[in-house]
Amino acid sequence: MLRYILIVCFTLVASVGHAVEIKQVTSQRGINAWVVEEPSIPFTALEIRMRGGASLDLPEKRGATNLMMALIEEGSGDMDARAFQTKLDALAASFSFRAYDDTMSISARFLSENREEVLALLRQALTKPRFDQDAIDRVRAQVLAGIASDAKSPNRIASSYFDKAAFGDHPYGTSIDGTIESVNSLTQQDMFDAARNTLTRNEIYVSAVGDITAQEIGDLLDDLLGDLPANGPDALPDVDFGLAGGLTVIPFDTPQSVALFGHKGIKRDDDDFFAAYILNSILGGAGFESRLMNEVREKRGLTYGIRSYLVPKFHAEMWIGQVASGNETIAEAIQVTRDVWSDLAANGVTQDELDSTKTYLTGEYPLRFDGNAEIADIMVGMQMIGLPPEYVTNRNDYVEAVTLDDVNRVAADLLHPDDLHFVVVGQPVGLE
Amino acid sequence: MRRLIASALLMFTALPALAEEVTTYTLDNGMDVVVIEDHRAPVVVHMVWYKIGSADEPVGASGVAHFLEHLLFKATDQLESGEFSATVAANGGSDNAFTSHDYTAYFQRIAADRLPLMMEMESNRMNNLMVTEADIETERNVILEERNQRVENSPGALAREQFTAAQYQNHRYGVPIIGWKHEMEELSLQDALDFYDLYYSPNNAILIVAGDVQPDEVKALAEQYYGVIPAEENLPERLRPQEPPQRAERRITYVDPRVSQPYLTRSYIAPERDSGVQKEAAALVYLADLLGGSPFTSALGQALQFDTQTAVYSGAGYDGSNLDKGTFSVSVAPSDGVSLSEAEAAMDAVIADFIAAPIDPAQLESLRTQFRASEIYAKDDVQGLARRYGAALTQGLTIQDVQDWPQALQSVTEADIKAVATKVLNRDQAVTGWVVSSQEEAR
Repeated sequence: MLRYILIVCFTLVASVGHAVEIKQVTSQRGINAWVVEEPSIPFTALEIRMRGGASLDLPEKRGATNLMMALIEEGSGDMDARAFQTKLDALAASFSFRAYDDTMSISARFLSENREEVLALLRQALTKPRFDQDAIDRVRAQVLAGIASDAKSPNRIASSYFDKAAFGDHPYGTSIDGTIESVNSLTQQDMFDAARNTLTRNEIYVSAVGDITAQEIGDLLDDLLGDLPANGPDALPDVDFGLAGGLTVIPFDTPQSVALFGHKGIKRDDDDFFAAYILNSILGGAGFESRLMNEVREKRGLTYGIRSYLVPKFHAEMWIGQVASGNETIAEAIQVTRDVWSDLAANGVTQDELDSTKTYLTGEYPLRFDGNAEIADIMVGMQMIGLPPEYVTNRNDYVEAVTLDDVNRVAADLLHPDDLHFVVVGQPVGLE
Repeated sequence: MRRLIASALLMFTALPALAEEVTTYTLDNGMDVVVIEDHRAPVVVHMVWYKIGSADEPVGASGVAHFLEHLLFKATDQLESGEFSATVAANGGSDNAFTSHDYTAYFQRIAADRLPLMMEMESNRMNNLMVTEADIETERNVILEERNQRVENSPGALAREQFTAAQYQNHRYGVPIIGWKHEMEELSLQDALDFYDLYYSPNNAILIVAGDVQPDEVKALAEQYYGVIPAEENLPERLRPQEPPQRAERRITYVDPRVSQPYLTRSYIAPERDSGVQKEAAALVYLADLLGGSPFTSALGQALQFDTQTAVYSGAGYDGSNLDKGTFSVSVAPSDGVSLSEAEAAMDAVIADFIAAPIDPAQLESLRTQFRASEIYAKDDVQGLARRYGAALTQGLTIQDVQDWPQALQSVTEADIKAVATKVLNRDQAVTGWVVSSQEEAR
């Protein structure tokens, strides 16, 4: 019986001549996986993603998906939490189960010699979770400790306010952890409901890299994931970024103020995304070459680090940044940040900046493919946002195709210094 | 972020046996070279490690090792300030550096064919730094903000600083890597240059090149770029004041209203890995896992989180990656309604039971399997391998010690673990710290 369809796609990461051969395989029940066969080290990295995530929490049940996902490793089938973990340890494998706003993320790493036993354990965890009451209570206490800790963390206080102000009652407006009240009210039935709604296979993505063949993955996909429910609830509506420009100070007794700032962003599938991506690299990207790093840290010594980020989520998009500076100097750091933002919006970037950023981005890209787990993670991420395997080959061409006019048009269109809202947590001097 | 301080609490994991893929040699000027081959991707990691860290600093200048690390990204006779990192980035690479108690290291990760350029720049800044007073002023503010971010804004980090200072009363491990704030504020250009001129020398450095490279080509390049730098003849022997015997437990309560979850830690002085003598260290790795590794299977986890609901968190850790004495620590965060006194008593009962009871052979075998597996997983991360060699060689170990370590781990017996537990878990050689939000919580 043919259990899978295999499409081989030869893909080359061009600029340094490094071949990554991505094979696509589709199971009989329609589950698709991308596979890179790399047998030189006898282990496999497996990544699974499901669209939906904690944003599918039911009304009054905020935190249910997060708590449920933390309980997946706490007992399933005929094993309680300790039996399950003892078995996993003995097989020298590791699992990770994480809930995000719009995604459920499952990672596994296992030796070739233990592959079958580990995958049987993974299947059991996903399809036969127990949600024992003692496990719920134990993990609930850990989640509650985390929520209490966030309430005294300057960074989490800032992001909590920022998200609420930007997204209101949309799930993006609140933490996936839930509140002390909502988490305390969660029941065992809520855990089963959350699993039923979020661990589904209608939008499931799989990648595997290592000592395994595409045929072998094709053979096991239906066994591993075919028994998951086909469909979950409908996806959420999109939401506008609703925070207007301005400044909010949240007093907190600590020596260094932290500032989270941002405004509306750009969608990942927008034609101008690559121009915006290059622009953000110049504005506040990784490393030491960005305008913000240069002006706020290198020239003035106002901070240890400042970054900006494009955040294209599935239902909203924002352009944000963060900086921390002593209470006496945070006002200046914010002013310099506003000035950099304004200057880029008004005057754009230089040809030199564009050229050196392109060289960095195109040179850095192939270096990401340097480990089984890294490649698996990149591939499943591409699938999530609808990119084809050929993207690996073409991506640097997309970067190269961006012109100075593109970047400067996008800077004028998308950077709005007056729309920036700064949320400052600390005892800032000279900020009202 | 760049210019990280390596955590003093790095846990041990097994080191892979890669003898067949590692080539070493020493240049005529005394610089050691280690080449680790991994030809899966055309990438190279180029690192220079100096056998100098915060524990080698002169009295009153705490933080100067880390400060100097920042300054190495400023101008040299051939590079403008910032040009080093800008050049790496323009070639599609990334660069960074980190400082520990025992070492300072610089690295770049880049396409393998750019290795000569990296060596050219890295060898240049070993001897030719041209820092200005203006650089000092600005960069000192940066490290003070770094201290703000890492320490002053974090009650847990402030508490750890106090506990470590109590642990090491004579050894410089008691002084934070980033420095005490009042001494950082006074760091001068001369402080930095004195340190740089003496210690940044090929005979005090180790070159590690890992990735898609051929050892003979690396050797030729190393001779060309590093081999021409003269050795420092006045390099002092690495002598540090050692700890006197500790005769009584030290206890500290750190109160900070920013603490949300009270917790306690107990940190015991413990032997570190020494060249040719790694048996006790290997046994301590097992002890950490058996006592407080996985919450599901460790003694503390089972007793405090499963059999009873005494704790929301428990754990143990061993830091034996040091030139001098390391630490073994246990920690517990009590559940709501459990006092720290009760949690500490429960923790001590678990430790006493562990020493008295036999070790489950299945659990020992499971750990052995996990250490063996971690050698396989480690091969997927060539930068991680490079760091293991760098840390070992700057902390008094040899290539042979690194390659013997997996076997040392496999050879550990129940008797070894019991012996080292009895020796190390002695409260008279420990610091017990409570971290609370108010005095009322300290009960």
